[in-house]
Amino acid sequence: MITKRIIPCLDVKNGRVVKGVNFLGVSDVSSPVELAKFYSDNGADELVFYDITASAEGRALFTDILCEVARTIFIPLTVGGGINTVADFDRVLKCGADKVSVNSGAIRNPDLIYEAAKLYGDQCVVISADVKRVDGVFRVFAKGGRENTGMEAISWIKRCVDNGAGEVVLNSIDTDGVKQGFDLEMLEAVCNVVNVPVIASGGAGCIDDFTKLFKALPKVDAGLAASIFHFGEVAISDLKKELKKNDIPVRM
Amino acid sequence: MIAIVDYGVGNLFSLKSSFAAIGGEAIVTGNSEEIKKAEKIILPGVGAFGDAASKLKESGLADVVISEAQKGKPIMGICLGMQLLLEKSYEYGEHEGLGLIKGEIRPISDVIPKDLKIPHIGWNALKLKGEKSPIFKYLNDGDFVYFVHSFYGANCEENVIATAEYGADLTAAVADKNVFGCQFHPEKSGDVGLKILKAFCELEV
Repeated sequence: MITKRIIPCLDVKNGRVVKGVNFLGVSDVSSPVELAKFYSDNGADELVFYDITASAEGRALFTDILCEVARTIFIPLTVGGGINTVADFDRVLKCGADKVSVNSGAIRNPDLIYEAAKLYGDQCVVISADVKRVDGVFRVFAKGGRENTGMEAISWIKRCVDNGAGEVVLNSIDTDGVKQGFDLEMLEAVCNVVNVPVIASGGAGCIDDFTKLFKALPKVDAGLAASIFHFGEVAISDLKKELKKNDIPVRM
Repeated sequence: MIAIVDYGVGNLFSLKSSFAAIGGEAIVTGNSEEIKKAEKIILPGVGAFGDAASKLKESGLADVVISEAQKGKPIMGICLGMQLLLEKSYEYGEHEGLGLIKGEIRPISDVIPKDLKIPHIGWNALKLKGEKSPIFKYLNDGDFVYFVHSFYGANCEENVIATAEYGADLTAAVADKNVFGCQFHPEKSGDVGLKILKAFCELEV
C-alpha cells in the first residue's frame, strides 16, 4: 500500500535557507545541504526546495546547491520558484531534481505545463497553487500570494491537471501561518475534481493536524510544512509514529 | 567499473551520484566499447517505451546489452530500463523489448481498482518473493522504495523477485540469472535503494 508522504519545504534565498532553523546536530542551520541531509536521515519522504532568489547570480548559486543536495541525499526532490520556461525545467532537472513545481509561471503562460509535460512526462510537473477565499469564492493568487488573479481556483487547478500536471500542491493562504490545521474544505474541493496526487500545504501547527487531514480526506496524498519542522516543534519521526498508530500508512 | 547506458533518455545525475555515494565506480556512457569493457551494466530509462526502445536499437546499444547479458555480465534495468528487458510492451501500441526476461508490459489500469490514482507514485513496501535475490541481500521484507509508473510487468511468472501492493500485486522487481530489473527507483529510495545498488556492485562477475 502506498504511504502518505511527509514533506518539509525549504525556502532558499541567495544559496541559504531562510527562516531560522534550530536543530541539535546541525552546525550550519542555513546550509541547504546540511538541512536536506538532516531531514532525509530523519524520515522525510521527499523535499521541496523553493527558490525565492530574485537575481540571476542567486539563481546560478541555487542550481549549484541543488546539484550538491542531489549528490548527497537520495529521496525525491521537488524544485519550485522562478520556473517560467521549459529552459528553467531543464536547468533544475539536470541538477538532479525529480519534479518541478510551477506557480506564477503557469499563470503567465498557460502552455508551460503542457509543453513541459510533453517533454518530461506528467509525473515531473507539479502545479503549485496559492488559493484564498474572496467573497466566498476560491481565487488563485500570484506573486507569492500578493496578487489576486481573479481566476476561480478549482477550475484553474483542474485545467492545469488536464494540461499535464501530475501533482497538485494546494497552499491555502487562508490557513497558512495560522497553525490551526490544514484547509480541509478547500482540499476536498480540489480532491473532488482531480485524480492526481494532492499535497496539502498551509496551516499545520501540530501532529494532530496531519492525523485529521489524512483521516478526513483519504484522497490527500501528502502533507507539506515548513516552520513546524524547521523550529523542531514537530519531529517527523514522532509525527509518523502517531500516524501509524492511527492506521494511516507511512514509511517508517 | 559500472557502465550506466546513456542512450539519450532521462537524466542520469542521481543514478551516477548514488553509485558515487556507495563507493562504486560508475561512468555514464553511450560508447559500446566502454559498455563491453565494464564489469556491470545499468540500463536506466524514463518516458515512453516505444521511443526509448527505438533509441536503444537505433544507437546499436540494444545489441550490445543483449550480447553482454548472454555472456553472463550482470545487468540491472531501472524503471523503464527494467521494462525494456522484457519481451514486449503494450504502451501506446505494441513494441518489442530486449527479450532478456520473460513477460510483457501492460497498463496498471488493467489490474487495479478504478478509484486508485495513476501513476502509482510514492513509497511502497516490497514483498520479497521466492528465494532472496542477491540484489536484495541487505533488505528485509517490507522495506520501502520509491515508485513512479503507469505500466507494469505482466506474466513475468517465476522471474518476479518482489511485488508491491497497489490494489493488486504489481511486479516490483524481476530477475533471471545475471539479469535484474527494478520497477522502482533505487537511486531515489534512500538507504534501502543504496543497499540494492551496493549488492549489485558486489555481485560476482
